[in-house]
Amino acid sequence: MKSSVITFPGSNCDRDMDVALKKFGFKNKMVWHADAELPKSDLVVLPGGFSYGDYLRCGSMASKSKIMQSVINFANSGGMVMGICNGFQILVETGLVPGVLLRNKYLEFICKNVFVKINDKKNKYFKNVNNEVLEFHIAHNEGNYFCTQDQLKEIEDNNQIAINYCDENGKIEDQFNPNGSIKNIAGIFNKEKNVLGMMPHPERMIDTSLSGEDGSLFFKNLINNLK
Amino acid sequence: MIVNEQVAIDHGLKKDEYAKICELLKRTPNITELGIFSAMWNEHCSYKSSRLHLKKLPTKGKKVIQGPGENAGVIDIEDNDAIVFKIESHNHPSFIEPYQGAATGVGGIMRDVFTMGARPIANLNSIHFGSPQHKKTKNLLRGVVHGIGGYGNCMGVPTIAGQTSFDSSYNGNILVNAMTLGLVKKNKIFYSKAAGLDKPVIYVGSKTGRDGIHGASMASTSFDEKIEEKKPTVQVGDPFTEKLLLEACLELMAGDSIIAIQDMGAAGLTSSSIEMASKGNLGIEINLNKVPCRESKMTPYEIMLSESQERMLIVLENGKEEQAKKIFDKWNLDFAVIGKTTKTKKIELYFNEEKVADIPVNTLVENSPMYDRKWKKTKLPKKNKIKKEDIKHLKIIDALKKILANPNVCSKEWIWQQYDHTVMGDTIQKPGGDAGVVRVHGTDKAVAASVDSSAVYCWAHPLTGGKQVVCESFRNLISVGAKPIAITNCLNFGSPENEENMGEFVECVQGIGEASDYLKFPVVSGNVSFYNQTKDQGIKPTPAIGGVGLIKDYKNMITMDFKEVDNLVLVIGKTEGHIDQSLFARTILDEKNGPPPEVNLFNEKNNGETLLKLIDNNLIRSAHDVSLGGIITAVAKMCIKGKKGINIKKPKYLINEIEYLFAEDQGRYILEVGKKDFKKVADILNKNAVHFDELGIITENELYINDKTKVTIDELSVSNKSWLINYMSK
Repeated sequence: MKSSVITFPGSNCDRDMDVALKKFGFKNKMVWHADAELPKSDLVVLPGGFSYGDYLRCGSMASKSKIMQSVINFANSGGMVMGICNGFQILVETGLVPGVLLRNKYLEFICKNVFVKINDKKNKYFKNVNNEVLEFHIAHNEGNYFCTQDQLKEIEDNNQIAINYCDENGKIEDQFNPNGSIKNIAGIFNKEKNVLGMMPHPERMIDTSLSGEDGSLFFKNLINNLK
Repeated sequence: MIVNEQVAIDHGLKKDEYAKICELLKRTPNITELGIFSAMWNEHCSYKSSRLHLKKLPTKGKKVIQGPGENAGVIDIEDNDAIVFKIESHNHPSFIEPYQGAATGVGGIMRDVFTMGARPIANLNSIHFGSPQHKKTKNLLRGVVHGIGGYGNCMGVPTIAGQTSFDSSYNGNILVNAMTLGLVKKNKIFYSKAAGLDKPVIYVGSKTGRDGIHGASMASTSFDEKIEEKKPTVQVGDPFTEKLLLEACLELMAGDSIIAIQDMGAAGLTSSSIEMASKGNLGIEINLNKVPCRESKMTPYEIMLSESQERMLIVLENGKEEQAKKIFDKWNLDFAVIGKTTKTKKIELYFNEEKVADIPVNTLVENSPMYDRKWKKTKLPKKNKIKKEDIKHLKIIDALKKILANPNVCSKEWIWQQYDHTVMGDTIQKPGGDAGVVRVHGTDKAVAASVDSSAVYCWAHPLTGGKQVVCESFRNLISVGAKPIAITNCLNFGSPENEENMGEFVECVQGIGEASDYLKFPVVSGNVSFYNQTKDQGIKPTPAIGGVGLIKDYKNMITMDFKEVDNLVLVIGKTEGHIDQSLFARTILDEKNGPPPEVNLFNEKNNGETLLKLIDNNLIRSAHDVSLGGIITAVAKMCIKGKKGINIKKPKYLINEIEYLFAEDQGRYILEVGKKDFKKVADILNKNAVHFDELGIITENELYINDKTKVTIDELSVSNKSWLINYMSK
């Protein structure tokens, strides 16, 4: 399986994603934001970080960089595109996934482990994951997902919510919401579910010595689903 | 502007210093030259009050590749890998403007590390605030934490450990010390020594603006009521540009075109160019019209003294300019050839085709003032005796809860959750333990780092305090299973012109030197911050020690959380019952006098090295050093972290229960040992003449003391975790 990770100026989880993808069998290439062409890929990842320093609005400048037109075309033709953290912020700026990401409710950067409940498994990202709840890791300042009531209805009707913040037993309640996201949303799909944006970093959960191993489970499953 | 004595005094120079400048130049300096002298000769850059004493610190060792004198220290961690590290203060700017002050402190120290060719792999910090009741404390704390996070998070470097304390002596002068570790190949370390004639001098990074002019001079004076007027001297950070600068520099460093490189930190273009010239015994000629400026009509004086952030000065090999420029263009950074190296041994500046400065380099560096300031020795205070009636009605659990909730002991999760501590995917011990630990990417090795200070001990007796801080750093590294290698120090003190403050400095440095010499734990880098005072009130002497150690196989790392019910808990090191200057004395007995606990260097070394042997033999399940709050506090924290209880039986000592549980004697650790391993452990401890007590046994979820006093771990956890969150949300 071939993957591509895009490096924007200010990306800082690009290497971590490269390490994770390779660990689970992807042949990964790093792609520079100013390139025009995407290499042939089965998966394109927009990594975390602070593209363009998060100036203006998180993800907004990166969404206009040269490579993004190719990424958008790739996504529109059904290609798998995953945006993690800042990558998710870039995805909402391109309009590939609905909604916006506001500053965290308590106005503070937050770095910790969280539990997320998988809401939909009829997609290549979560199909065949046995668990209902995964322990992931978040590290962000602007992860407070928001959308209009109409958008929310559409998202829910289409089952576009990928994961919600919850407790270890999968209970989705306000107290387990780290950033104030509407409906505890931690990640969403586009309508076709080939594009996934999520705040948690599965690439930081690929080793028992790190925060945990549910990221390993996610990547192993992902590469099998793509085969 | 005409330069005279008064202008020199306004620049922070003393009368005799100005006279010396005129004598060295054999003429009156012009205003640009005076500015350069004032920047180079202030305390911050010249170490004029501290140099004499710093010379006494041990700085060499088998593992030391580079000691003090470069941008940062470098140590060998085997297999051609080396760690570059340093700690630095940004106290004054952080008090004036906490967000930017702290942010640029973090930015500055990271630049010092990647200037040497190392990719930063971990950040740490030591931050000290006034009394929680003081009206400024909360906002300063919030601003500093946001600033540290704002910069470090954006750079993508994990913040893995730190220290936060509160004390009213910092009410008018907080401390913000930032430390960075970087990883480099031993054969790819870059230095700041220029070499060769007619080599191009290159400016890269951000443009130069008017921010931070005289920042270094500000850091060399005390605060008064007019402090707010100094806001424009605080630099403004742009972590995004620094991230680009980091990547661009490392890309250029992969080749072989750099002769010397130096970041523009304190005193900006002035100190960077002069340091490179001085180390290379060369001259440097700069055309200031070529310096990329952010604002129009900047004068030579402003260009030379600006402390705009995210800039570097490079001496390149001839003919490599185009190749280097391509890299900086790719990262959208300024790149300008602004001058060349010369044989004149002078710093010569041109502006609009006129020579605006012409100063022999040695007058700025070797001939800078050095003072043997007067200082006063601190006598060892007399011991107090605990009065029986003071503790007669004392409930141990109440005292323990009070200590766990004390601002200097309580959980700092509210702070470190705001720092990205997991980016780079190698953090295997997060903040909240004895030391932070990161793997050396792609290897089995890991590096442990901690930062410590004990202002109260240093205040009570500087010599003992200085020794103690080094020992605590040593213990913290050993507690996670790391072999201590070297330290960096950030020496935060009051005014060197005050005999008492100067005495605190001299004796703390002596203590640091004695301990680091004995423990073979040399000082490889550091920074001195004097004038930490408001009006004539100095802070408590606060040397911060950043220690670094190596774990050969990261799978052998130790954490402090209790692991398994029925395991045994031991205390190693002798408990003599030293209560003076302990947290117990201060918070429960309200007693602030007396000597700090005595430091026995033999025991420190022996106990620590023996514990490392036990760890190497896989006999230790968890470990934690005993510090503030004594045995009971250390054990309670291990219970909280591991969500386990303990049944404690006080050994039959002469001292009473209170003294045993709350004393802050040094050289001690709490260990968790499996029952079947106990005999082996006891044998090794006995063979090495290490004193140990059998303290108790791990249980489900309650802390029992001598079968009569008990409390649930949940209750202790609430005491420990709620103070800071409640304080910040009020």
